[in-house]
Amino acid sequence: MTQFPPYVGLGGRAWFYGYRSFCGLVLLFLMAPILVIVPLAFNSQPYFTYPIPGFSLRWFEAIWQDTIWLQAIRNSIVVAVASTVISTSLGTLAAIGLMRKDLPGKGLITAVLVSPMIVPIIITAVGSYFFYSNLGIANSLTAIILSHAALGTPFVVITVTATMVGFDHSLTRAARNLGASPLYAFRTVTIPLVWPGILSGALFAFATSFDEVVTVLFLGGVEQRTVPRQMWSGVREQLSPTILAVATVLIVISVAMLLTLEFLRRRNARMRGLAD
Amino acid sequence: MTATILDAEPLSAAERRSLKSRLRRAERMGRVRAYAAVAPLLAFILLAFVVPITLMLINSVQNPVVASQFPRTLTALAAWGRTAEPTPPEGVYEAFAEELKVSRKAGELSKVATRLNYDSGGMRSLLMGTARRIKDGDTGPWKERLLAVDAAWGKRETWAVFRQAGDPFTAGYYLAALDLRRDADDQIVRQPEDQRLYVDAMSRTLWVGALVTFFTLLAGYPVAYLLATLPPKTGNLLMICVLLPFWTSLLVRTTSWIVILQREGLFNDLLMALGLIDERVQLIFNRFGVVTAMTHILLPFMILPIYSVMKQVPPSLVRAARSLGAGPVTAFFKVYVPQTMPGVSAGALLVFILALGYYITPALVGGPADQMISYFIADHIGRSLNWGLASALGGVLLAGVLALYAVYDRLVGVTNVKLG
Repeated sequence: MTQFPPYVGLGGRAWFYGYRSFCGLVLLFLMAPILVIVPLAFNSQPYFTYPIPGFSLRWFEAIWQDTIWLQAIRNSIVVAVASTVISTSLGTLAAIGLMRKDLPGKGLITAVLVSPMIVPIIITAVGSYFFYSNLGIANSLTAIILSHAALGTPFVVITVTATMVGFDHSLTRAARNLGASPLYAFRTVTIPLVWPGILSGALFAFATSFDEVVTVLFLGGVEQRTVPRQMWSGVREQLSPTILAVATVLIVISVAMLLTLEFLRRRNARMRGLAD
Repeated sequence: MTATILDAEPLSAAERRSLKSRLRRAERMGRVRAYAAVAPLLAFILLAFVVPITLMLINSVQNPVVASQFPRTLTALAAWGRTAEPTPPEGVYEAFAEELKVSRKAGELSKVATRLNYDSGGMRSLLMGTARRIKDGDTGPWKERLLAVDAAWGKRETWAVFRQAGDPFTAGYYLAALDLRRDADDQIVRQPEDQRLYVDAMSRTLWVGALVTFFTLLAGYPVAYLLATLPPKTGNLLMICVLLPFWTSLLVRTTSWIVILQREGLFNDLLMALGLIDERVQLIFNRFGVVTAMTHILLPFMILPIYSVMKQVPPSLVRAARSLGAGPVTAFFKVYVPQTMPGVSAGALLVFILALGYYITPALVGGPADQMISYFIADHIGRSLNWGLASALGGVLLAGVLALYAVYDRLVGVTNVKLG
């Protein structure tokens, strides 16, 4: 029970509880889909209703016995890892270049680099479909990897730039002054300080690719189906409990990513002396 | 860089100049290095993102099919004095018949027929039907012959469609995207009532975007305030409720809303148990489902920017207002809310921009009357194969989003997006 100061009247208390309840409902609304779907994935019966008659892991086993799902998982991992590597390396390098304050054309360059995040995904997908068809590599993992890499880079650029806002440039200069080559200074001074930003950017890029379905719909054939693509057709045709099991696995992955990100954020704040 | 130990003696003019020029050179080198670092990504984005979108924009105006197959017919049509003669002269029919034979032989006629059919239903069967009745060895005079095959070949409307589809570059797809077309006299008129689709779809897209923005703001602002004012320990814990859905796959969340909202789903169970409804209601595959799911998915994009602005607002200001005699409501709306407006405008613009491009969620939880502009683009690419129209619809959507993006950049700055 909250202790109110004596001057808070009845209306003030009612307002307080009303406001807290409203916020509670919104937070419940936010969590509801996750809270609802996870227990249902362990349902021993193929129904989507509560109460659950018994628990079982049969739907998770069903994923492992289904070659289509296994191929989708493999494709998703290949695509996400490859596109993350491309977008993280290019994005980090670009963010370091954009650190310079007096760079002519910086605003325009940044706007172009960040635009894949803002342009509706359907437009990117349609354009990529035309582009990779012309190149003759539509219906290939390469096309999907390249378009996912483009979609992931803005996140890398943004997070690495944000980490570098508080970056003390005199540290690299000191290293250079002490005789370090530019590359050596970069490797031993800059990178250790900004790697939390790089890693969170990489996580964002990975999540973007791992979750992306529209470009896969356009650029992937039967052989290139990814997990979200497989979920898409599953939801459209017939919702099966296996999909809920896959969804649960994806939720576990997001929890892991969220925890990693939180860890990185704290580490970054600590290293820059901003600990709360 | 080599360190130079300067003597106490003042620098001569020449030395100063050389120092200046060396500084300039060092600056220039720094800039070149910075550009070199940015260049690979810029090149990649231009190639893998800007070029594809440019291709889409080219496809929205390019129109080579008819022009490449019927060049002589189109030249003859251009020479036809349309006001003086009710039907085209024999030259048009002669060119048309000969090019029809050539095109049929080359296997291109079906493409032409499909292209013409986009502009006017019935053109496909007219063209293919005519082609079937004409043999390779047939000769003229063609006008009577073709009119006997199908009287439509004597109509100005038929030839207007043919002529307009013959422009190698056309605004026709954009006209179609705005439910307009050109009539037989090349005047721009509205499509017949039963063929108007896209203006409705666009206004629906804007409307759903506005609704979702409104609801995310309504639900997000109080929650952001709570999270920003709670002690950090509790606040961070509750923040998980915002960040976990944010990190959860879009498809997972959409699937989950189907499970919750379907007729036999949890929400209906709950309403029944509470006695609020007597029979199960349809909550999914309609507008309610779309707005609910999209509000859920975009809510973190509203809460996070508002939260980060609220964190910066000093609480002493509201206290000062209160001590100066303002009531709690006045102090909140006159002192606190104005200071959070940067966060509100950032969140609202972001949510609105993202909502306009939504495809997956409306396609999975919406009914036929809830589909947004993205759905029609995907449909024309995948099913009707009218790539020109799909590209033009994409062009309209892109223009809208880029305009909002420019506003966003002006107000917030594109790299100031807070991501968790």
